[in-house]
Amino acid sequence: MDISTIDVEEKVKKNEEDSVLRVKNLHTSFFTDSGEVKAVNGVSFNLTKGKILGIVGESGSGKSVTAYSIMQILADTGRVVEGEILYKGKNVLNFGKKEMHDFRGDKCSIIFQDPMTSLNPTFTIGSQMNEAIMLHTDKKHKKEATARSIELLQMVGVNEPEKRIKQYPHELSGGMRQRVMIAMALACEPDILIADEPTTALDVTIQAQILELMKELQHKMGMAIILVTHDLGVIASMCDEIIVMYGGRVCERGTAEDIFYRPSHEYTKGLLRSIPNISNMKERLVPIAGSPINLLNMPKGCAFCARCENALKICLEQVPDEMQMPDGHYASCWLNVKKQLEEEKANGEQ
Amino acid sequence: MASSEYLVEVKDLKEYFPIKTGFFGTTPLKAVDGVSFNIKPGETLGLVGESGCGKTTVGRTLLRLYKPTSGEFYFDGQLVDDKNITDLRRQMQMIFQDPYSSLNPRMTVEDIIGEPLDVHKLYSNRAERREKILHLMELVGLNAEHATRYAHEFSGGQRQRIGIARALAVNPKFIVCDEPVSALDVSIQAQVINMFEDLQEKLGVAYLFIAHDLLVVHHISQRIAVMYLGRIVEIADADELNTHPIHPYTLSLLSAVPIPDPKIAKESKRIILDGDVPSPMHMPTGCPFRTRCRYATEHCAQECPSLTDRGNGHMVACFEK
Repeated sequence: MDISTIDVEEKVKKNEEDSVLRVKNLHTSFFTDSGEVKAVNGVSFNLTKGKILGIVGESGSGKSVTAYSIMQILADTGRVVEGEILYKGKNVLNFGKKEMHDFRGDKCSIIFQDPMTSLNPTFTIGSQMNEAIMLHTDKKHKKEATARSIELLQMVGVNEPEKRIKQYPHELSGGMRQRVMIAMALACEPDILIADEPTTALDVTIQAQILELMKELQHKMGMAIILVTHDLGVIASMCDEIIVMYGGRVCERGTAEDIFYRPSHEYTKGLLRSIPNISNMKERLVPIAGSPINLLNMPKGCAFCARCENALKICLEQVPDEMQMPDGHYASCWLNVKKQLEEEKANGEQ
Repeated sequence: MASSEYLVEVKDLKEYFPIKTGFFGTTPLKAVDGVSFNIKPGETLGLVGESGCGKTTVGRTLLRLYKPTSGEFYFDGQLVDDKNITDLRRQMQMIFQDPYSSLNPRMTVEDIIGEPLDVHKLYSNRAERREKILHLMELVGLNAEHATRYAHEFSGGQRQRIGIARALAVNPKFIVCDEPVSALDVSIQAQVINMFEDLQEKLGVAYLFIAHDLLVVHHISQRIAVMYLGRIVEIADADELNTHPIHPYTLSLLSAVPIPDPKIAKESKRIILDGDVPSPMHMPTGCPFRTRCRYATEHCAQECPSLTDRGNGHMVACFEK
């Protein structure tokens, strides 16, 4: 796609208007014996209504912690130290117990990577689903709740739902368990669904089933989805918008096309070069050198600079600010600043 | 048999695990049910399939970590049995998926890599042992100064390098790589994949590369075998398999792979399979895939198709396609 065909202003404005969730300058830290671990370090984004937002990054990049911060389900040692999470103009971080209870489940639900550990092995599928339904909806009677459970299971493509609600989690396959989790998450028709690596534990053919199901449900119910994953393939096939994270910071955010076809951060570029793709089957892969950073020992400047081939002197010293690229997406890389300055200089000389 | 062009020849390999069912009987779990394939010296055969299809069991049975129920395995023209396997392990090695649990946390890197040298007595004095270890570390891109460190001091990618150095210590001709990159971060995977390719070029070692990530397998392999419920359903040249898959299972498997390119990914039509893989304890009669296959007929339920050559060594086990 040519940049000139994109109406940048329109794109930016639209993004601002339709947002259901706005995260501003989020900092989440874990206070451990070995010191403060800054897992999320100034993350900002808008979640647009009815869109799928992908957060991609490797382990330790802070993608899951960002999701957990929104739901306020951090481990005991973790705390949001700075920033705002605005849901319909209200800051989720200031919610009391009651409000948070309403927010979780009703407005925003989450599904996790491993459906076995997120279901209780000692209760039947039906009783666990009924619990969620009776807690969060107006269906306060067991009969009503069971009817709703069966309806939900049907919706997510579980066969013989009447039989399944009497079964225990271990009697279902991984794909089926993940469907049950999705059904539970959708019980209250939330505005936001957070999916934390929902298909990582599943096989490819089952993964395809689940991804297809999520797309279909999103279409039907119109909720916004935050999809947290490390798999660029899943991101490419599912997401409208993408955030690339590294070392607790956002490297780059924009539409799927922006990120895959016009990457503007060295980490994103490196990542795209390093994965096997249809186009580079015969070529040698270009790996990113070095190993992921230690969050206990963060560098002063850009988190990626130790592994970056084109790092400048300033990258070591100062964290780059987010900058808007010509096509309207955002990247935080000093090289873009340098490029812009050079262009301005060239224009001035002309 | 001795003058075969193949380094590895597997014929009708079967591995049944007895599972206790009730008081008296045991039912066999047919993890691998009649698998045959060949690997040439210096070649990589990719083995793909979903979890529970028996791909890992194939690798382990070759090295006799499990005793095969039946079938033959010729290595370099020699029939492998219980007697000669210890010697033959000098020529075939294995790399495991999890670089955390496959390295002894109480041993230094030097001892981990040196262990196979000790077992097979491949040095005459301490100095030679040390020299060999340092050479191996260098070969896999580890800093020789770290020889006295313990495994937990290394990152996942570096640990996998230690595992690879250990496998290379005996100078093998054949390595079974069981999901060697799936536990690693995306940015580290490429480093390790490149290393596998470099080592093959340098040392001429053959790989059986077991993985579930089809793009990774396609990149590293010359040929690919697709497994489903203990059987190989299709073997072909890597490019051939990806461009002209024939077996309905391969087709749906390939279409399910999320391609990291938004345009291609959003346009491509996925062939979604119904349901789950049947349990290997209760295998369907006839073709194991028929319960999920769109083209299944009466014939498929009665008889199990065997691999037939469809030209250029493209082998497919299907009646209908």
